[in-house]
Amino acid sequence: MLIFEHSRKNRRNYSQAPATRPAKSNIPDNLKRKSAPLLPEVSEMDTVRHYTRLSQKNFSIDTEFYPLGSCTMKYNPRACNSLAMLPQFLAHHPLAPEDTGQGFLACMYELQEILKDVTGMSAVSLTSMAGAQGELIGITMIRAYHDARGDTERTEIIIPDAAHGTNPATATMCGYKVIEIPTNREGDVDMDALKAAVGPKTAGLMLTNPSTLGVFEKKVAEMSQIVHEAGGLLYYDGANLNAVLGKVKPGDMGFDVIHMNLHKTFSTPHGGGGPGAAPVGVADCLLPYLPIPIVAHEQGVYRWLTEKDRPQSIGRLSAHMGNAGVLLRAYIYVRLLGAEGMFRIAEYATLNANYLMAELRKLGFEIAYPTRRASHEFIVTMKEIKDRTGVTAMHLAKRLLDKGFHAPTVYLCLLIEPAETESKETLDRFVAAMKEILDEIETQPETVKTAPHAMPLKKIDDVKAARELDLVWNPAG
Amino acid sequence: MPFIPHTEDDVAEMLASIGAASIDELFDEIPAELKNGKLTRVPTGMSEMEIARLMYERAQQDGFYLNFIGAGAYEHHIPAAVWQITTRGEFYSSYTPYQAEASQGTLQLLYEYQTMMASLTGMDVSNASLYDGASALAEAALMAVRQHKSSRRILIPQTVHPVYRKVVRTIVKNQKIEVVEVPYDPATGQVAADKLEQFAREEFAALVIPQPNFFGVLEQVDMLTDWAHDKQSLAIAVVNPTALAMLKPPGEWGHQGADIAVGEGQPLGIPLSSGGPYFGFMACKQELVRQMPGRIIGRTTDLEGKEGFALTLQAREQHIRRSKATSNICTNQGLMVTAATIYMALLGPEGLYRVAAQSHANTLTLAERLENLSGVKRAFQGPFFHEVALQLSVPADKVLNKLKAQGVLGGVLLEQDYPELKNTLLICATETKTTADLDKYTEMLQQALTT
Repeated sequence: MLIFEHSRKNRRNYSQAPATRPAKSNIPDNLKRKSAPLLPEVSEMDTVRHYTRLSQKNFSIDTEFYPLGSCTMKYNPRACNSLAMLPQFLAHHPLAPEDTGQGFLACMYELQEILKDVTGMSAVSLTSMAGAQGELIGITMIRAYHDARGDTERTEIIIPDAAHGTNPATATMCGYKVIEIPTNREGDVDMDALKAAVGPKTAGLMLTNPSTLGVFEKKVAEMSQIVHEAGGLLYYDGANLNAVLGKVKPGDMGFDVIHMNLHKTFSTPHGGGGPGAAPVGVADCLLPYLPIPIVAHEQGVYRWLTEKDRPQSIGRLSAHMGNAGVLLRAYIYVRLLGAEGMFRIAEYATLNANYLMAELRKLGFEIAYPTRRASHEFIVTMKEIKDRTGVTAMHLAKRLLDKGFHAPTVYLCLLIEPAETESKETLDRFVAAMKEILDEIETQPETVKTAPHAMPLKKIDDVKAARELDLVWNPAG
Repeated sequence: MPFIPHTEDDVAEMLASIGAASIDELFDEIPAELKNGKLTRVPTGMSEMEIARLMYERAQQDGFYLNFIGAGAYEHHIPAAVWQITTRGEFYSSYTPYQAEASQGTLQLLYEYQTMMASLTGMDVSNASLYDGASALAEAALMAVRQHKSSRRILIPQTVHPVYRKVVRTIVKNQKIEVVEVPYDPATGQVAADKLEQFAREEFAALVIPQPNFFGVLEQVDMLTDWAHDKQSLAIAVVNPTALAMLKPPGEWGHQGADIAVGEGQPLGIPLSSGGPYFGFMACKQELVRQMPGRIIGRTTDLEGKEGFALTLQAREQHIRRSKATSNICTNQGLMVTAATIYMALLGPEGLYRVAAQSHANTLTLAERLENLSGVKRAFQGPFFHEVALQLSVPADKVLNKLKAQGVLGGVLLEQDYPELKNTLLICATETKTTADLDKYTEMLQQALTT
């Protein structure tokens, strides 16, 4: 039932809105609204019940295990939320003078310093509101760098074919042509293809390491050399930073610009699809182009750097300074963990992934890169099972929902990432569920193919959703 | 180990299963010369009690002020239920609703949100949100260029929020799209209709129309919308969602209505919190829906015909279309939209109208009182919603400092972005301000002007 269907004309919540309806106005009649908007008229209790019930129809980290590859669904500590929501922080206006926000700015400055340290970059800007915006900033800076050198013939960005879809979409949005290069049977970028692809048109390379295939690009130093020798720059997509935090720094791998998804590695909530935050770090060569605002600390006072301080900056990406409250949660998280906790993230995420990979292999699942270590994630191929039984990765994923586990990331395969916050018992329960499904595939494949069965709904009709577009509720039906 | 549940026995059993001697061995594919375990600027970890102490101290350091600043972010009362429900773990810690059967709660809520926003803006459809108001305007500009096909130029009045104009430039210049600014009328503070004529013979993909504009002033939206449509340009509305409870929605502007409506969703139940996270909204006419960026939710059925919700029109998006997607956007601001939807449901049409009307009346009252002071005059004669620009006869920065010393944030200086507007304050008084607050501001300004 929709919230609108609970609505009754003239039902109101008297405590939440102003008590009177002031008539005082200077708005000309031709600019006034003539009919009320379609908002529901429901009591506070019915509203609370409605949205509480809706929340209960969701899977979430607080209720289920998400073995979701490249998404790093780790526990979101409650302290991060409650302390970021202290009333003074919530009440602070973004345009209030800097001297009224020194406490908040101190947190942001320290977060910048911490992120510089863990990534090995020279400077960090916190403004980016999501991974894809971090990418946009990074590629825009690469363009600014080449333009500033009068090097305007570079029109191509090289991207491995296994990259997340935002990488090529970003390159296009920045006006570049995308050159895709293949990966070899070991899961590494095909070096010959890379050598053939680079040249005077190469503006840069976008790379995720460990890659979306769940393996560490061993030849990253050589790749860096090839691209740099051709005059291009290296972009690091920090989607999988969780796997190597404190073990290896993107700056040491030769990257010139990186983004880090705080909603992954630094445990800020996914919130049902956002808000994210993706600070951008740069090497010295890109320092002047970093987007503003950036927090500076001078003579014991924190202040925002603006266009005046950074005339070559690519500019601003948000009305204020990005997703401040998300940044505050990440700050609290890194202070809780400390330096010693940073190493442990990568260690236990990697332990969990390799354990799960080993256990699933013992069950008979085919691992995509069996000779490789899992980074913090790994791929189970479904080809043999599909060819033999017709059960696809998506069928298996939907059946996992019935067993109380969120689906892994599904392409034609399953990309599985158990974050470090999951216990061995949870992983063992997941393995047991995978075994049950494997047995079902042999004995009752239709049960798997028609899953889910235990959810509030059967399989959703996506085709109908797209063909018979129904995007807003119409009271007339 | 914070947030890591493994016991020593667990680790031993897991390593035995893997066939590795140590956790360190699991990193043996990383070339030794790249390994770098040194962190020099990350402090050691703190307990929850210690970090709580630190954050309380920092919050206290920032304190509370009586706030009269608006300029794109507005202080409104947020009902207690909004964030108590929004921060339930099932909303707070859930993933993007790609697995529809495990995400019906978020998906239905987003469908309800789309319905509310489409109605509030008077448009046919809405997406499930963008990052913020500024980036939503940039996406609308890109959308207009895709739709228009022949022009790659966008007309943006100088009455649009200065930072929004900067953000649009940052984002669209990569695609060789030109931003052309339209001056404002110094008497009314509205888009200068006579200056618009100089662009009459040029081709533009779109005209951006703010309502209210950055000065708080109401624009002649019907005239501007028709002007854009007469020259085959799209009309992009940038609107305040609270104001829409009182003001004519973009879908009804001019003869045909605006084509795209965007704006900052923060006034709908999102705390000011130093500028974010907020959310951008975007609604448009039906014929533009396939050009719209970001996630969109559709109502459909499951295989047994039971009503359900799913992400739809995904063929526009980066995870399917890769380099040919309408935008690179992946994330939206889901949790903020959760709060906004609950906010709108709790307030309803009458509640939201009262918030708007009280904010408008408070600002009007404050403006009248301040105008009566000697040395204060209204900068613009146009009608306004809940912000007003006032010109002072003395240095305005000094006045703001005096007010701040007494715990009042008196507004923002327009001179930073409009050098011609010397000593001019932009002041906002939402429904959160009492008569006593307005009195206090008036008295303090009077003192500041005379001492």
